[in-house]
Amino acid sequence: MRTLFEKVWDAHVVHRLPEGPALLYVDLHLVHEVTSPQAFEGLRLAGRRVRRPDLTIATVDHNVPTDDRTLPVADPVSARQLEALAANAHEFGIELFDLASPRQGIVHVIGPELGLTQPGMLIVCGDSHTSTHGAFGALAFGIGTSEVEHVLATQCLVASRPKTMEVRFDGTLGPGVTAKDMILALIGRIGTAGATGHVIEYGGDAVRRLSMEGRMTVCNMSIEAGARAGMIAPDDVTFAYLAGRPRAPEGEGEGGGFRRAVEGWRALGTDEGAEFDARVTLAAGAIAPQVTWGTSPGMVVEITGRVPDPAGFASAAERQAAERALQYMNLKPGTPLEGLPIDRVFLGSCTNARIEDLRSAARVVRGRKVASGVRALVVPGSQQVKAQAEAEGLDRVFREAGFEWRNSGCSMCLGMNPDVLASGERCAATSNRNFEGRQGRGGRTHLMSPAMAAAAGIAGRLVDVRRWSAA
Amino acid sequence: MTPPPFTRHAGRVAALPHANVDTDQIVPKQFLKRIERSGFGPVLFHDWRYGADGSPDPAFELNHPEAAQATLLLAGANFGCGSSREHAVWALREYGFRAVLAESFADIFFANCCQSGLLPVRLGTGEMRELFAGRYDLVVDLAGQTVQDAHGFRAAFAIDPYRRDMLLRGLDEIGRTLLEGDRIAAYERSRA
Ligand code: SF4
Repeated sequence: MRTLFEKVWDAHVVHRLPEGPALLYVDLHLVHEVTSPQAFEGLRLAGRRVRRPDLTIATVDHNVPTDDRTLPVADPVSARQLEALAANAHEFGIELFDLASPRQGIVHVIGPELGLTQPGMLIVCGDSHTSTHGAFGALAFGIGTSEVEHVLATQCLVASRPKTMEVRFDGTLGPGVTAKDMILALIGRIGTAGATGHVIEYGGDAVRRLSMEGRMTVCNMSIEAGARAGMIAPDDVTFAYLAGRPRAPEGEGEGGGFRRAVEGWRALGTDEGAEFDARVTLAAGAIAPQVTWGTSPGMVVEITGRVPDPAGFASAAERQAAERALQYMNLKPGTPLEGLPIDRVFLGSCTNARIEDLRSAARVVRGRKVASGVRALVVPGSQQVKAQAEAEGLDRVFREAGFEWRNSGCSMCLGMNPDVLASGERCAATSNRNFEGRQGRGGRTHLMSPAMAAAAGIAGRLVDVRRWSAA
Repeated sequence: MTPPPFTRHAGRVAALPHANVDTDQIVPKQFLKRIERSGFGPVLFHDWRYGADGSPDPAFELNHPEAAQATLLLAGANFGCGSSREHAVWALREYGFRAVLAESFADIFFANCCQSGLLPVRLGTGEMRELFAGRYDLVVDLAGQTVQDAHGFRAAFAIDPYRRDMLLRGLDEIGRTLLEGDRIAAYERSRA
């Protein structure tokens, strides 16, 4: 009896090293411009080649401008990093989705979209949110640049086997409550180090009922709970998403490649009675829309809640962290989250910039206007998401409401490109990290779902989308 | 990249007693555009270390006079969480740190440390509390897996034998894995 994780792990062990860790084979290596240049340079210095360029895919996302793409990249340092990736991809024979490509986008959005991400795979990328791909029943995790170089050179990774944690969301989500609220509620419960050293497998009715987009949102933020990876067993929802994708196996008919692949994928689920090292259960019906109040994703409460009093925390370390966070966020204990005025809205990132996220935000925005004084930005997760949204007329909904409609990239999730918060600005964001300065030095980030962020933009303050949408 | 070997190191500590210090703080994103492995030491903890006008913030722990020349960093729990950026480890190394001591580390950061020759030392809550209470010079011995000072403090730490061996000998992990080329090729054939 094995868990999903154990099945995928076991299938990728090339060799057990005498000291304990395993040499694992990597099926798909995703590469982006920020964490790869030093790895390619390392290969060059050692005279090494890329073992499997055919299993390696590169895109540009972190640094790219999201406004006019016909112009040269204005920041020369960013341009140099983008050029370095293009040169490296060319030199080592790696396929690159560059700024000119209609398939360009955030690495964790385009992998699934292209059908590159498939159940049972071992996927790595020099990026912590690689956990996103676990939504397909792949084992996917982030690695550092030295490991990127190792995978480029050997197609393998040396890793010690993590522990397993089952997280169940039983029951049904209430209206207005989304995948983002599920994962934020989990992090609020177990803390940002609650799953350190573990791979989470998500299950339960509420997870089964999520779309692939929702499942990706949940797995994406596994890293914010400290987990090595997050996984969801593949099912018909997964197979329906993958069918017909450009890089998925072909042939849906009898005996076709896709059919055969699906048969194998069905066997990946955790066996009845398999053991986990840890288990957590949440009642989906009890989850309300979540909003972070501090500078760590674990500093989160329900939208109907209040900014906590640091004095109420159990340990000295937590008290000190909460005080520091409140000072940075310029918030007083006891302040209701609902009604808190905001300056900016960021709809984007690998957590919440897929088509379903944009649809849910557009439903809130349709026929309304962004509050005066608020600057709101929509940054689709990929050029394909952007094209799809435009085909559905969502761009018009957003533009007419006063949102800026951009090209895809990481954008204000981390502000490496020109999209940044000014010091003191408060932002309703659909991204995944509310760290100090993450969206711009001195910027104050509140994480929430796309519908909640969109509603905040219209109202000019944080609102409970469950009551607000009726108004 | 081959990290320098780490066997035993005696040095001064700097204390950063905050939990959940994320890699965005260790190296803020505006400095991630470099395509080299060097140049990150001067921007270590940039937004905490320098005020908005660029002058050093005297309140920041690493700017305290007693932290000058420190080569050992005492950190809070879950150190290095967040982004996978190895730049954070390069910055700590280039600034002069040889080891980080904390109650716990984020997984990716821990792996990155081992790759770049920065020894991550996990100690107990009580041991960390004692260290934060004022030990300014420590000896970290990887071979013996201990941390000690001259006044009777002594703590043992665990690290998996593979990482320990890599750090002790400063091994090139890629070179080592390439020796398994036949096994990798056999694995590829078995799945073709
Ligand atoms: S969108 Fe944000 S979290 Fe996702 S890969 Fe880009 S920078 Fe990282």
